[in-house]
Amino acid sequence: MAMLKRLQANPNHAAKLGFLLKTGLLLALCLVASAPLLAQSSAVTPERIAAIEKATAAAQSNADNAWMLTSAALVLLMSGPGLALFYGGLVRKKNILGTMMQTFAMMAVITVLWAIVGYSLAFGDGMAFIGGLHNAFLQGVGLAPDPAYAATIPAQTYMVYQLMFAIITPALITGAFAERVKFSALLVFMILWALLVYSPMAHMVWGKGGLLNAALGGRFPCLDFAGGTVVHVTSGVSALVTAIYLGKRVGYPKLPMPPHSVVLSFIGACLLWFGWFGFNAGSALASGSLATSAFVATHFAAAAAAIGWGAAEWVRNGKPSALGAISGAVAGLVAITPASGFVTPINALWIGLIAGVFCFFMVVKVKAIFGYDDSLDAFGVHGAGGTLGAILTGIFANSAINPILGAGKATGLLEGNGRQVLNQFIGVGIAWIVSIVGTLAILFIVDNLIGLRVSEDDEREGLDLTQHGEEGYDWDAA
Amino acid sequence: MQKIEAVIQPSKLDAVKDALVEAGISGITIFEARGHGRQKGHTEFYRGREYAVDLLPKVKLELVVTDDLAEKAIQAIITAARTGRIGDGKIFVSKIDEAIRIRNDERGEIAL
Repeated sequence: MAMLKRLQANPNHAAKLGFLLKTGLLLALCLVASAPLLAQSSAVTPERIAAIEKATAAAQSNADNAWMLTSAALVLLMSGPGLALFYGGLVRKKNILGTMMQTFAMMAVITVLWAIVGYSLAFGDGMAFIGGLHNAFLQGVGLAPDPAYAATIPAQTYMVYQLMFAIITPALITGAFAERVKFSALLVFMILWALLVYSPMAHMVWGKGGLLNAALGGRFPCLDFAGGTVVHVTSGVSALVTAIYLGKRVGYPKLPMPPHSVVLSFIGACLLWFGWFGFNAGSALASGSLATSAFVATHFAAAAAAIGWGAAEWVRNGKPSALGAISGAVAGLVAITPASGFVTPINALWIGLIAGVFCFFMVVKVKAIFGYDDSLDAFGVHGAGGTLGAILTGIFANSAINPILGAGKATGLLEGNGRQVLNQFIGVGIAWIVSIVGTLAILFIVDNLIGLRVSEDDEREGLDLTQHGEEGYDWDAA
Repeated sequence: MQKIEAVIQPSKLDAVKDALVEAGISGITIFEARGHGRQKGHTEFYRGREYAVDLLPKVKLELVVTDDLAEKAIQAIITAARTGRIGDGKIFVSKIDEAIRIRNDERGEIAL
């Protein structure tokens, strides 16, 4: 009523109301007139079915693409800032920028390398061991999907998603030789490593015709949902090789070298956990129920592993440390990576718990027994956790979650497919061999070409000043 | 004039400061320091490695007061900084010959 009164009071508004009424009537007439037309177009015609099919496919493609682009960004977040902070907090103050730069450099260098030849060597058509050069400079990697890999997302989405894995994998190695490697040597080492270790391994497990590919008819189908062998075993084992080859840091283990900021490591580990949802659930390559399954398994394993490591530490040292809890979570995330798309949530809890205790033992006991200086425990967490996770995948994989070997076929040992455990061992064994041989060869080349280590004086002064000419912290600045 | 130097637990700094103000002392200088007496240090564990930390964070405060305020200031510090456990710190007292205010060259007790 109040509105009507206002309308009467204002002739302008009254005119508008008249216009609205007229338009409404006109619309109603149109609807009545078009009713028979609508009925006609809902008839089942081939054209209409084709149109609906096209619309459905587009909708699925858009949904999958949205999740995959998000996942790609999440995996990049794991490198910088996630891993950079995690590792950065664990080194001494004088090396924080040097350590963070080692990861950040991968974000730049591996990206360029991926565009030129890395993607092609990993995912292009080729042999059982390595891809070819057909996709060099991203030729033929367009916006149309590549059905062999992911039928519903643009090939470029798949390419850029895989790139994020290629970035973080070499970055993980840097934890083993932290605080003592020359930046120039690191760059050359990583470029060669990406070409000679990462690309072949990624091709064998995930590439068309790869030796270990479970989905595309490999000779030894090895289950690796998100990169247990490709990412964690290769980086972890290579890390061990580099730690032994380079030798200990000056003063290790006599000089105390505690982490300079567990707070930074804490933030980094939490970002890793967050980004890992893109790493594992994204490896479903679609936004459907398999992504959910991997998401849940990932989260559960991380939680159980934090408890496992924390409890082991509590028993052994009398206190559960923050660094222990976050290290445990990362170990659980590593171990669940190959299994994430194959196991039930409850078995994910078991995998996490076992990994948390196992990696604690590797880092605290085994490292001390052998005396190598794996400075930030890249091997103890990624090499050991990745190997364990790959084997456990063969035990716990379940065809109800993911019938990757064919509908109704037993997948893991608990289902009765003992052969899968053997295949997992073959996959892990090949990853170990490729990593050891490849890394040793590259280290030898780079050491003779450039020299791997900084001078003893430079090591004492720190990588920040000697390699980059700057300092991470200036507490005295006004 | 006397100089009072006290090494105390960092967590007791605020209480000591308040007690000194209450006792009528206006000037104080503090340093963040590290050290140990009979208390020695503690051990920390990072990923199973044990680190002995023998130099602990301490706060050192310095104040110069007139002779008649010295005992009051010492009592204020003792009362505020004491927990009764090892590591509470120490107080050192010494004579001061001269005090000079830079702003106007005042000398002696008036400069405090």
